[in-house]
Amino acid sequence: MSLFTRDLACRQAVALISDYLENGLTGRERRRLERHLAGCGACTAYLEQMKETIALTGTVTVEDVGQEALDELVEVYLRFLDDEAAE
Amino acid sequence: MTDEELIAKFVAGDRTCLRELVGRHHQAVLQVARYYAGQRAEDVAQETWLAVCRGAKNFAGRSSFKTWLLTICANRARDMGYRESRHLSIDLSDSVAADRFSAGGAWLTAPVPFADRLADQDERAAILALVRRSLADLGEPTRTVVTLRDVEGLDTREVAEILHLSEGNVRVLLHRGRAAIRSTIEAEGGQS
Repeated sequence: MSLFTRDLACRQAVALISDYLENGLTGRERRRLERHLAGCGACTAYLEQMKETIALTGTVTVEDVGQEALDELVEVYLRFLDDEAAE
Repeated sequence: MTDEELIAKFVAGDRTCLRELVGRHHQAVLQVARYYAGQRAEDVAQETWLAVCRGAKNFAGRSSFKTWLLTICANRARDMGYRESRHLSIDLSDSVAADRFSAGGAWLTAPVPFADRLADQDERAAILALVRRSLADLGEPTRTVVTLRDVEGLDTREVAEILHLSEGNVRVLLHRGRAAIRSTIEAEGGQS
């Protein structure tokens, strides 16, 4: 290993994982992290957990506004448009 | 039918399409409205949909309908005098509990991917409930950032533009929010 290349500790590596997934790392940071991941099963497992977390979050459906409430809202908007058109 | 097809049909006179679009996106509009206006979010959301009705013919498809809609929401909120008033404080505490690491920064106990737990349908449902609760428990602006990026699927740049944040701050907030949700899932399985 080059004297000028410091290895990341796991604790530092996990702090970079989300940015890594967002393509937010510089080329140098990315290479350092990938070098660490290649030799670290624990951080690779953490990366997997983060990917799973993001995928799970993507399946969340926020609580529905009631259907009746939505119907009322839309009726208000359309009535407003009609009123504007009539003026 | 896609959002873009629905808005085109609405412009052509099919008013039923508005109901479908409101059903799909009202929660996302409310999330952005809450970010700017807190308890006055309903007012901002209403103004947003009215602006969409009036300006539907101006939708040119340069962005997705959802991005266009949420940008209108942010602009309406700002036009109404609301600003992202909260001071953006970035929590610098560790995203993984410090006691998970040795003094040299190596894992003491390796994390375990969730795949095996997710394969069990009952446990998957329980984990999804945890994710929903954990997302709701995130403080602002982290909750809005994670919702727009990971639930609504906007990209980092779009989230930054809609919330008037730098892309760097969006990434920091994403990291905090995702790490908190991950920790909650893991803690339920016996680690934290």
